[in-house]
This record gives sequence, structure tokens and C-alpha cells, in this order.
Amino acid sequence: MTYFIWSAIVIIALSMVALLFRVVKGPTPSDRVIALDTLGIALICIVGLYSILVNTKFFLEIILLLAILSFIGTIAFSKFIEKGDIITRDDSR
Amino acid sequence: MKINNVILQFTAKFVFFIIFFFAVHIFFAGHYTPGGGFVGGLVTASAIVLLIIAFDLNTVQKLLPINYIYVVAVGLILALGTAAFSMFVGEPFFTHFFDYFYLPLFGKTSLHTAALFDLGVYLVVVGVTMTIIQTIGEDE
Repeated sequence: MTYFIWSAIVIIALSMVALLFRVVKGPTPSDRVIALDTLGIALICIVGLYSILVNTKFFLEIILLLAILSFIGTIAFSKFIEKGDIITRDDSR
Repeated sequence: MKINNVILQFTAKFVFFIIFFFAVHIFFAGHYTPGGGFVGGLVTASAIVLLIIAFDLNTVQKLLPINYIYVVAVGLILALGTAAFSMFVGEPFFTHFFDYFYLPLFGKTSLHTAALFDLGVYLVVVGVTMTIIQTIGEDE
């Protein structure tokens, strides 16, 4: 079981390297935003697998925290791509 | 150009309460496990930032009519008052007190004055973060 979880962690780490390449290289800003969101999800997966490995539940709050931050970051980037600025004074203009 | 963002605004109204109650949970869990006032304040500020991103500054100001400078002042008074209270009863600065009480709904509960200090830290973090974001975030 331990070898299975370690190999899963290694596979997710390799996929994070590929996602980092897409963040740096990515031709359009949409590619970079999607790669950053997927990096957050891969990080959540690694934290979950590691908390299975060391048999603790103290890391489960970190998972929810990372999910919240990744969600807000993705929404902010999407609004930046769509409208040009993130925080506006009056939305009806 | 008017953008149709009904789904984003409905989701933000829903997710705001999830994030806020998670912040309350982190604040009270900080007594024995990881968490505390600082992280809880940052998570609460991120919930308000989600509302600001989904709507705009004027709508959120009408929704939560809070002047965040006063929040910083109340938090500093609470934290420093809790820290200085022990000087008036003859103990060193920052000495905390705790005891066990029998509350009607919770049963045997340990109440600690460090929670009041942590509430001050929480209010200061929320106030400072929201002041910074409202100041540098507006576009004119």
C-alpha cells in the first residue's frame, strides 16, 4: 500500500513539472490560468496522499484552504482576462 | 460592455458563507490544533474579496457597511486590553487565565483569555487586509 501511494505521489509530481512547463511556455493567458488552477488541484492531491501516508488528519484543513485560495485566484484571473481589471468601483458601466 | 455573470454572482453569494464559517471553525480550532486568529482573519478577508470580485466595491459597501479602520481600532483595543489586564491584578504582562465552566449546551468547557486576544488579532487582520485591498484595488 505504501509503494502504491509513493508511486502516485511521484506521478503527480511529474505532472506538476509538466504543468509548470505549460505555465511558463503557454501561448495564451488562458492556458496559463488553466495550468495554474490544475497545479492547485495537483497540490491538493499530494497533500491528501501524504496525509494518508503519515496517518494524520491535521492536513485536511490545509486541503480546504488550498481549494479556497485556488478558486479565488482562478476567478480573479478569469475576470482579468474577461474585463481587463479585477476590482471595479461601479460594475454598471 | 455588459457581461452576463449571473452564475458567478450566485456562486459567490453561496460560497461566501462556506468560507466564512470555515474561518470561524479555524478560529476556534486554533486553541488545540493548527489554526488561530491570523489564519481565520485571512480566510475571512478572502471571503470578502470573493464578493468584491464577483460584484463591485459599491455593492459590497452597501452589503457590509463597515469602516475597516474602526475594525482595526477595536481589535487593537481588545488585544492590548487583554494583554494589559493581568498587570492590574498583580501578574506579569501577557499572563493568561483559564478555568473550566459548565455551560448549558456545551457541557464542561475550558474558557481561556487567550481566545479574547486571538479575537483582537482576528479583527486587526481583517481590518488591515480589507483596508489595503480597498485602497490599492480601486481603479481611480
